[in-house]
Amino acid sequence: MLTYTLRRLASAVPTVFIIITLTFFMIRLAPGGPFDLERPLDPLIMANLNKAYNLDAPLWSQYLTYLGNLLRGDLGPSFTRRDFSVNELFAVGMPVSILLGGLALLTAVALGTLLGAWAALRQNSGVDYAVVGLATFGITTPTFVVAPLLSLTFGVVLGILPAGGWSNANPAYWVLPIVTLALPQVAVIARLVRGATIEALRSNHVRTARAYGLPTRIVVGVHALRAAMLPAVSYLGPTAAGLLTGSVVVETIFGIPGIGRYFVQGALGRDYTLVMGTVVVIALFIIAFNLLVDLAYAWLDPRVRFD
Amino acid sequence: MAVQPDLLEDSPAVAGRSLWQDAWARLRRNRAAVASMIVLAALALVGIFGPAVWPHAYNQVYPKFVRVPASLEAYPGTDSILPGFEGLLQRTRLEHGEPVLDGGEVSVTLTSDTPIDPRILRYFERSDLFAKPRLELADDGLSGTLTADVERLHFYFGTDAIGRDLVARIMIGVRISLAIGILASIMALLLGVTYGAVSGYLGGRVDDVMMRIVDILYSLPFIFFVILMVVFFGRSLIIIFIAIGATEWLDMARIVRGQTLSLKRQEFVQAAEALGATKSGILVRHIVPNTLGPVVVFVTLLVPKAILLESLLSFLGLGVQDPLTSLGLLISEGAANMRGAIWLLVWPALTLTLILFALNFLGDGLRDSLDPKDR
Repeated sequence: MLTYTLRRLASAVPTVFIIITLTFFMIRLAPGGPFDLERPLDPLIMANLNKAYNLDAPLWSQYLTYLGNLLRGDLGPSFTRRDFSVNELFAVGMPVSILLGGLALLTAVALGTLLGAWAALRQNSGVDYAVVGLATFGITTPTFVVAPLLSLTFGVVLGILPAGGWSNANPAYWVLPIVTLALPQVAVIARLVRGATIEALRSNHVRTARAYGLPTRIVVGVHALRAAMLPAVSYLGPTAAGLLTGSVVVETIFGIPGIGRYFVQGALGRDYTLVMGTVVVIALFIIAFNLLVDLAYAWLDPRVRFD
Repeated sequence: MAVQPDLLEDSPAVAGRSLWQDAWARLRRNRAAVASMIVLAALALVGIFGPAVWPHAYNQVYPKFVRVPASLEAYPGTDSILPGFEGLLQRTRLEHGEPVLDGGEVSVTLTSDTPIDPRILRYFERSDLFAKPRLELADDGLSGTLTADVERLHFYFGTDAIGRDLVARIMIGVRISLAIGILASIMALLLGVTYGAVSGYLGGRVDDVMMRIVDILYSLPFIFFVILMVVFFGRSLIIIFIAIGATEWLDMARIVRGQTLSLKRQEFVQAAEALGATKSGILVRHIVPNTLGPVVVFVTLLVPKAILLESLLSFLGLGVQDPLTSLGLLISEGAANMRGAIWLLVWPALTLTLILFALNFLGDGLRDSLDPKDR
């Protein structure tokens, strides 16, 4: 398993390299620059700025410099948020995004599995229809509809939770963003788990477990759910990466200082290093979680072998 | 050989049923799917013809009626007609009697020391409240009667923050959202089916390279592409649907490739190869038509996804531009105005949810009917 992990990590290196190269040249070829204002700057000032940020060097040499710095873990200075390096911005924003995304992910997995399994055990009953209906609602209602409605209902009308903003110390600020982030994922996971559990309950190994006379609790919890988690786990890979690196919509609506909004802001303001930094982080998360998913697969399903 | 010839001849020819006819029959029995189709057809008609027949234009601004709530009553309310009329009368600086409201008409007598200038009618023409002002002057021109029709306007869903009718704007939004959803899906369909079928059919090293490219594109964030395309080519509808289509074809390519891998080993493809059919001929005639079942299902689920993506872009301010609008943009404006003008959020959000619900039910229904063993 260790060699498998190492081999997977090694094969990810060229992928990350290609992504970085593509992004670097695409954002550089885009018209406009980080220092373009409504009223153009004095050419002398512009030249000095370009020199200070090493923008006057040929593109390939800037590219090599960036790669060199990246290898040393330096994401460079931000162009639009002067006096801050991208590392510093991420050091502040990343814990917030990871906390939020991680809690949303946990909620989604726990609640989704529970609802899905419950619906599967009571197939074609009222519970089943309620769960399927809720799942359809969760999948079809976009985040940017749910977020303002929640904020209005609980923040303004009822006034029991903060309508927006963020505080690292006060969990009351976390509730609405987590609910908003988790809702669509709960829906998808519940649907996946429901379908897979129905199938697993009819499979041979569950029938064998029942024939041994094991209590239902064990049959469902250990034998059926284990197989039923597989589709949800493979869905979770890219989803978890997306949740942990922040959601643009949720961070915008609730005014949360995570890293999700940096991507859009950076690309619009031609903050080259910020965009590059975000892309690198997201790509690393996606690769890491795909690897985790494959490892979890083998743990859940003994038939899977590393080769 | 005791074949019974007369029995064979007498029996009526049994009409063959194709896969598609079977699927259609199953789909028609699915009530949710049928209801969804009706809802979608109705919404499509509203999007296509609605803006042309609706009394308000989507970009017409009524400065008098900013953020009026949704109501079945006509605007202006009866109690605000006479004050509005008197306000305009004051600007004419003429002596006037008590204005009288009679049905849909307001009239007032005017007197003056100097001859009344008929140009005062312009005050009333420019108002949102009144239409067709008429002036009947006495022979000396010093007195007369002014009559104007009251313009009764209906804003069933209310008006937005600068006084535009929300129904008209939602109609345009439905048109734009549906158009982008369908066009982007067609684009993803063409790209994904071609790419996936070629990759799967050629196989080997070509397949490896082509799928590696797909994997790399997967790891790039979607919004990045769109922002770059918008930056390069300017903000336009065509760029938005190309950008969405260009990011959504990846799943399609994987699905079609998987189908192609299993199809190309089957006997009918080998037969075609033995008969000397060209590779492109086999792809077009034999492989692609057989992948269409899962592809059709995927497309119906792709349309809501594309609509959501477009809404997300509009929400972030990267989508269509004012005065044109889409459901996402309307929702974003509604969210900004929801304190005090909740209807601006509710109606567009309901419309979008309705479309997405219908498309999802239709997609589920199609999957059940095209792939009956999966039920």
